[in-house]
Amino acid sequence: MSVLWKNMTNFSFLPKYLSYFKNGTICTLVIAVLSVFAAVLPALMLALMRLSKNKVLKNLSGAYIALFRSTPVLVQLYIVYFGPFAVINLPSYKLFGFIDVSMLIPGIVALALNSSAYVAEIIRGGILAVDQGQTEAARSLGLTQAQTMRYVVLPQAVKNIIPTLANELVTMVKESSVIGYLGCQDLMWGTRTTVGATFIPLAPYIFAAAIYFAINYPAGKAIECLERRMRRGDVR
Amino acid sequence: MATSGNLIEVRHVTKRFGKNKNIVALNDCSLSIKKGEVVVIVGPSGSGKSTMLRTLNLLEIPTEGEVVFEGVNIADKNVDINKHRQKMGMVFQHFNLFPHMTVMQNLTLAPVKVKGMDEKAAEEMGLRLLDKVGLKDRASAYPIQLSGGQKQRIAIVRALCMEPDVMLFDEPTSALDPEMVGEVLEVMRDLAKEGMTMVVVTHEMGFAREVGSRVIFMDAGKILEDKAPSDFFSNPENPRLKEFLSKVL
Repeated sequence: MSVLWKNMTNFSFLPKYLSYFKNGTICTLVIAVLSVFAAVLPALMLALMRLSKNKVLKNLSGAYIALFRSTPVLVQLYIVYFGPFAVINLPSYKLFGFIDVSMLIPGIVALALNSSAYVAEIIRGGILAVDQGQTEAARSLGLTQAQTMRYVVLPQAVKNIIPTLANELVTMVKESSVIGYLGCQDLMWGTRTTVGATFIPLAPYIFAAAIYFAINYPAGKAIECLERRMRRGDVR
Repeated sequence: MATSGNLIEVRHVTKRFGKNKNIVALNDCSLSIKKGEVVVIVGPSGSGKSTMLRTLNLLEIPTEGEVVFEGVNIADKNVDINKHRQKMGMVFQHFNLFPHMTVMQNLTLAPVKVKGMDEKAAEEMGLRLLDKVGLKDRASAYPIQLSGGQKQRIAIVRALCMEPDVMLFDEPTSALDPEMVGEVLEVMRDLAKEGMTMVVVTHEMGFAREVGSRVIFMDAGKILEDKAPSDFFSNPENPRLKEFLSKVL
């Protein structure tokens, strides 16, 4: 018991390796935010395709969503990295001096492709939650289907979408830990490296968990608050 | 084409719903509406009167039959329905104002985006029409800040801003508190006086009698009676109508 406690609280690595955790945290946040942002536009397209009456578009989008939701993100990451990005030459520029772009970009592309499948379903749900009467009113005024979507339905759907999208961001902060397998120096990569260099097996992971928690728990609470505020004005 | 002088002509329209198309909402309905007429449709719930009204601007697509508006069969798939809907205003039971827009934005959206009207001109027209229904001072309010009666008057003005040739009303007072019904009917009465062609689905028998040029009774997807209001209420022929009137009057 006392050994476990000792392992858990052995933070002697901190003075020397704290910068790994600091840079790793920045890297993780950059990846999570960029991936979710990059996912929004393709996801909107997928959602609109899914809702379209055109069977080809509908099934195409359905297949994409099924494919990306039914395979592990780590597999997708490797396929993207060793597939298309094996033939694309990226500059070895270092963002902030420590994030290698040649690994960051494939990572973001893979995570965004994955995330767009989930975000598409979030957007689709948000659109379907807008009262049908809104569409009918717009169409009865002579607006086309596209105009109705753009001026009437989507602005209202955004209200339903934003809180769930923020949740996706929280998920991405955690999921993005796979990017360390490419050698991209995110929080998990920094943690594993610390463990390997110091032979301290447990405490670095505890420390990393604490950082993830310190980001995601307040973020989750903030989202709940946002959700409540948005719901307040929600009467026709 | 439009030699008959009818603004709208519904010819043998049937509407079926459901997986096997086995629910019949409209059963071979025919109806013609002349310019300037106020046609009031009454009937028990589920009789198909709302479906009838919604087929007029193709919110419901008829399974069979034709809907001829200003000489064009708009039930034809090759017709650009958006063009014809511009000339058919519609008012809904639940108002369906756009909650993320101010009253003025609600009014000007379609004139500007659909007709390509100048924004200033659209706002001027909006203000003029708002003034007519006594709501000029609410132009910058959001729908949530309005009472039900105010919302419905705005919804009527929104439809009028497209300068339609006919106005369709789908139970416009059914979702209102009783004390607000009057203000909405008042606006509709004024509209009728100005010669607007109107088709009104309603439970307001007083309005039907007073303002209607014809009253139509529907039951089980069929038009059972179609008469001038005086005749309709004093000499009902159909036994279903007699029964209906004995309950609602």
